[in-house]
Amino acid sequence: MHCESLYKSFDGVHALVGVSLTLPTTGIVAIIGPNGAGKTTLLNVWTGFIRADAGRCALSDRDITNLAPDRIARLGVARTFQDLRLIQQISVLENVMLARPNQRGERLWAALLRTGVAREEAVNRQQALSLLRFVGLAENANQLARALSYGQQKLLTLACCLATEAKILLLDEPVAGVHPEMADRILELLVKLRNEGKLIVFIEHDISAVRRIANLVIVMDAGRIIAEGPPADVLERPEILEAYVG
Amino acid sequence: MAYLLHILIITAIYVILAVSLDLLAGHAGLLSVAQAAFYGLGAYTSALLTVKMGATFLVGIITGMLLATVLSLLVSLPSLRLSDDYFVIASFAFQMIVFSILNNWGALTGGPTGIPGIPAPGVFGGHVLTHAGFLMLAATCAVLSYLVVWRLGTGPYGRVLHAMREDEVLAKALGKGTVRFKVTIFAASTALSALAGSLYAHYVTYIDPTSFTVMESILVISMVIIGGAGSLWGPPLGAAVLVSLPELLRSAGLPSAAAANLRQIIYGGMLVFMMMFRPRGLVGCYSFGR
Repeated sequence: MHCESLYKSFDGVHALVGVSLTLPTTGIVAIIGPNGAGKTTLLNVWTGFIRADAGRCALSDRDITNLAPDRIARLGVARTFQDLRLIQQISVLENVMLARPNQRGERLWAALLRTGVAREEAVNRQQALSLLRFVGLAENANQLARALSYGQQKLLTLACCLATEAKILLLDEPVAGVHPEMADRILELLVKLRNEGKLIVFIEHDISAVRRIANLVIVMDAGRIIAEGPPADVLERPEILEAYVG
Repeated sequence: MAYLLHILIITAIYVILAVSLDLLAGHAGLLSVAQAAFYGLGAYTSALLTVKMGATFLVGIITGMLLATVLSLLVSLPSLRLSDDYFVIASFAFQMIVFSILNNWGALTGGPTGIPGIPAPGVFGGHVLTHAGFLMLAATCAVLSYLVVWRLGTGPYGRVLHAMREDEVLAKALGKGTVRFKVTIFAASTALSALAGSLYAHYVTYIDPTSFTVMESILVISMVIIGGAGSLWGPPLGAAVLVSLPELLRSAGLPSAAAANLRQIIYGGMLVFMMMFRPRGLVGCYSFGR
């Protein structure tokens, strides 16, 4: 994933100012910075939810700058949101099944005639259950999503991202506000996913989590990237330590 | 007996309208106030083709449904790329335009005097003339419409519709092309409304624009709200309740003018009651719209 000279302003407030970045194909990349630094705006521009005022984004040499969010998602970029987004009224299992890509049953005529849909549903159900086992929610498969704890809902959003078969996961504060044990579990899962060859980009305020799992740290402030490099290097710089780590 | 059959036929026609709107509003969370316009398009297309061109009932019905599907794109394609609020406004505008055309394009539609002498439907070469025969036809169409809505409202397709209704941003983030779903579901919904219109035209054998006003759209919306949006039995139940209500008032022996006013008061009261105490309708799963 690559972006070049991204600019975005909201009513005169500069959220992104000439952001250029090339991400590795696998690994864990942490984006840190104070509130209002432009971290979430960058994620929103990458995923097509916000249009940049200028600049371009590309995915494996394909220009994705002005693509709709659903098309970018179908190209293999999944994301979570700061405010947990799940379909609360359906079961945990159905949330994951919803996320499965290219479902025949999502076509009008196939849905009407139900041709091959039952077989596909059985396969998707097994794959969704396998993902729920991976994140540790298999026992909650038939519960409504709203019945899960906050930490479990974070795990479910991760399972939904994985169900899309995306190679790039963009996670907005995946361990914020969860119990330390649950945070550990989520971080362990992210490491496993990296080892399976995924690229994980996450925004995080918890510097200890960043130190623990990130291969690359990007520090943003006032819409600009002010530092970039391995955590052992970036997080030891006095100005970064003072401003963001304390 | 004929009176009872008449009530059942009208109920079956309104069941089609109610489930067609429920597909859109209950399952996908899109509110349209143009159901009566598509109902009218189906009625007028079928009436004009059979009366003026001698086409068969089946040709009339299919052409009406196709025309409604094509014209639905005029509302959905420009407005659904924006927020759903624009869709409501666009559907209202379409409703007013269609009514205006039906009322004013006298050379084609007969204007306020409408189209008389619409033939009873011919199915498989025969003419369904009796009330019982028409009831079978209307009930079959209602059941088929119900099955269409049930199939689209459940399974993978229904999951996407429900996701769009609950959280469109999430649906997009999961790679669901929500505009495509909205456009197709609106087209399917309008085709069903047109089917109801064709049946109505061939049943009453005379149509005029007053049957296809925005008040008719609001009546269908009331049926969905009172029955329960997004539920299996809610919209048919709502249709049955609101079709039966005027007949019950009539049987109470009230003068027709008083009954008409009382009916409006009861509709209003029922809607307020439902919103306050049963926002999910009589048997509904979800509250109306988003």
